[in-house]
Amino acid sequence: MTALTADRVPENYINADYRFRSWLFSTDHKRIAILYLISLTFYFFVGGFFALLMRLELVTPQGDLVQPETYNKLFTMHGIMMLFFFLVPSIPAVFGNFLLPLMLGAKDVAFPKLNLASWYIFNLGGLLTLVSIVLGGVDTGWTFYPPYSSLSSTSYVLLAAGGIFVMGFSSILTGLNFIVTTHKLRAPGLTWRRLPLFVWSLYATSIIQVLATPAVTIGLGLIGIERIWKVGFFNPAMGGDPILFQHLFWFYSHPAVYVMILPGMGVESELLTTHARRRPYGYAFIAGSSLAIAVLGFLVWGHHMFVSGQSVYASMVFSFLSFFVAIPSGVKVFSWLGTLYKGAIAFTTPMLYGLGFIGLFTIGGLTGLFLATLAVDVHVHDTYFVVAHFHYIMVGGMVMAYLGAMHHWWPKMTGRLYPEGWGRLSALIVFVGFNLTFFPQYVMGYLGMTRRYHAYAPEFQVYHVLSSAGASILGVGYLLPLFYLIWSLKYGPKAGGDPWGGTTLEWKTPSPPPTHNFEEPPVVTEDPYSFPSLEEGR
Amino acid sequence: MDGGFRFFPEQASTTAASIDDIVFYLFAVTTVMTGLVFFLVLVFCAKYRRRPGRETGVQVKPNPWLEATWIGVPIVLVLIMFFWGASAYFPIYRAPSNSLDVYVVARQWMWKLQHAEGAPEINELHVPLGRPIRLTMTSQDVIHSFYVPAFRVKQDVLPGRYTTIWFEPKKLGEFHLFCAEYCGSKHSGMVGKIVVLPPAEYERWLSGGISQGSLASGGHRLFLSLGCANCHTEAADARCPNLVRLYGSAVRLQGGGEVTADESYIRESILDPTAKVVSGYQPIMPSFRGRVSEEELIQLVAYVKSLGPTRETGRDK
Repeated sequence: MTALTADRVPENYINADYRFRSWLFSTDHKRIAILYLISLTFYFFVGGFFALLMRLELVTPQGDLVQPETYNKLFTMHGIMMLFFFLVPSIPAVFGNFLLPLMLGAKDVAFPKLNLASWYIFNLGGLLTLVSIVLGGVDTGWTFYPPYSSLSSTSYVLLAAGGIFVMGFSSILTGLNFIVTTHKLRAPGLTWRRLPLFVWSLYATSIIQVLATPAVTIGLGLIGIERIWKVGFFNPAMGGDPILFQHLFWFYSHPAVYVMILPGMGVESELLTTHARRRPYGYAFIAGSSLAIAVLGFLVWGHHMFVSGQSVYASMVFSFLSFFVAIPSGVKVFSWLGTLYKGAIAFTTPMLYGLGFIGLFTIGGLTGLFLATLAVDVHVHDTYFVVAHFHYIMVGGMVMAYLGAMHHWWPKMTGRLYPEGWGRLSALIVFVGFNLTFFPQYVMGYLGMTRRYHAYAPEFQVYHVLSSAGASILGVGYLLPLFYLIWSLKYGPKAGGDPWGGTTLEWKTPSPPPTHNFEEPPVVTEDPYSFPSLEEGR
Repeated sequence: MDGGFRFFPEQASTTAASIDDIVFYLFAVTTVMTGLVFFLVLVFCAKYRRRPGRETGVQVKPNPWLEATWIGVPIVLVLIMFFWGASAYFPIYRAPSNSLDVYVVARQWMWKLQHAEGAPEINELHVPLGRPIRLTMTSQDVIHSFYVPAFRVKQDVLPGRYTTIWFEPKKLGEFHLFCAEYCGSKHSGMVGKIVVLPPAEYERWLSGGISQGSLASGGHRLFLSLGCANCHTEAADARCPNLVRLYGSAVRLQGGGEVTADESYIRESILDPTAKVVSGYQPIMPSFRGRVSEEELIQLVAYVKSLGPTRETGRDK
């Protein structure tokens, strides 16, 4: 722990060089993380803006605000932006990049130039997709199901799919970089059993990214070939099979939801241990459950296809396997509860996000069981029940974890503390707004409200109005941190190296860290969560 | 479709209640688990909050028995879900043998529905109370999905092949029909209703419809006008297989293997005759792909079915 002197700021990765090009051509993982943070914040608010327009449209059942074609483009572009350009990269690209070398006691990731190239590839993909939006958008749904996407849609399918195609390479390269970094650049004494749990979750995530992403890349490539050269991969009139695409798509996109949530689980473990000053309850179980989820995640894609016309026996096998994802997920939740037990819980902003995550992830995970149950899925498939379920995991889980991570490591990244009161208030607003937005969607989904409907039957209106009201509250909750975090860059009090009393390696260097991370290469002699223990019975 | 405020959808089919029973079990497990998690979080937050004298936690050693419990109990709970859910899923795809046949052709953005004996309908289907209804469905363009929430049934409707589903209404009235698979601009306009009538009223409705004859008689006219009857005769030395008593039987194929002559097989044999040639015949039949529409195909299939041994419609998949 280095105490900072008041007047002279020591050299760090931010003040090392102020020129614009020193950022755009930096191979420093910390600067690349900041570049990602700026890109992702932009994509997040673009995707959020589309969601806002959708919720406005759905206040009335008639579909009177925008044309049906416009509405279809709104939900498609909301999905593409949020999933491929925010959720998939989110925690790994920003916090993984910043923290992985710090947590390992390394100077940088294994391939720093490749890391910078990943950011450019990512934004090239983002640019292609943005251009497709500016030209008029795409209306296939983020799922791109043929034959609609390959034959019927007249929108900018190729451009948008091309953007995701390109972005996929950035995802693969980042995964590869993290795997090699974890294997090769651990500090002396940092054995696998001493890795922070966040590193374990990043490792599991990276494996999925490397192995699954090619499938969706191929699927989108085939759609492009079918659209341009009329080769019948998916169109039955030309001898193709539309179900084939669904298999390719979900072979990636189901594991991809674990790409999105696993890093969130890793963050959660760090938040709870640090702010409760407690060793994680069952380190090996938490780390192992990340790997179990990564492996099982590859075997359950067919549960998106119970009513698609796939064999009923295939559906049965996929249903059976899907239930077993619940077991390691349950292990996580119970272990987090065990971590709170007899802790010293401080109600800091990151901890409030962490506590919110437990509750929302539990609800999202348990409602997944409805969808894995064959006969029940027949009814709720493609309804708002599914929409509510994955938003509870993706927004209630992942975005909460992302914001938790933001507030937990912001002092490390910037060297500044944000106003704690505003932080807590925004966490509370997000929690309330989120539940009001998405809980009514479970009810209306079970009542039969179908997804992707521009106009709907009037009996569902009351739930849509509640949901839209919640969305406006949620929007405020997301905008607030944007303001006070930027404010803190200039006016926030100095943070010091370890404002939370954390024990992992990133807290053992000044904030912001120097360009080479550590003055002295650290040597690790104990496990990552060696908090002092209180006497039993307190 | 009464438009009133409700928390649970109507149970208007014979299978709805059995599916809702599973939902209640799932709901109970979810509620108890969520309640437990929220309760423990609140209790721990109150009891173990950081305060003077409690600056760090007690580093408790994990209890292996506790960990075994929270792995073992969920396994039992989800296995019940799996078996219960699967046992209710298979019957959805196995129609009873006394079902009424209804053919569905979906296109952007309308439903065309027709009884074997009745008038064609658009976005509306009249059915009698208390009879199982079996739907054979296909699409003219992209993927659609046939969804009636009050009956708890949903099945994607694909171009290029038939999918089937069945239901037996047990309540009179009108029920929403939605397209559940996104299909383009007017996806949300691809809605209709199922009208369940008392059997006597249904018979009146049938006879009052526009008299176009049954699907099978339309198929018979096509069978003659397309020239099918020239080869598919009942003569012993006919060049093509006899279609009488074909439907539902097992067909031996050229080069070995067997196939059941169901709707999908008959459809395939019209569009792609050389795919599965009957043992003992030459592959001489031309393809009718592009020459007959999906609706005409359904009439032809219905005609071949009408020649079949029984009006058995129970076999599927």
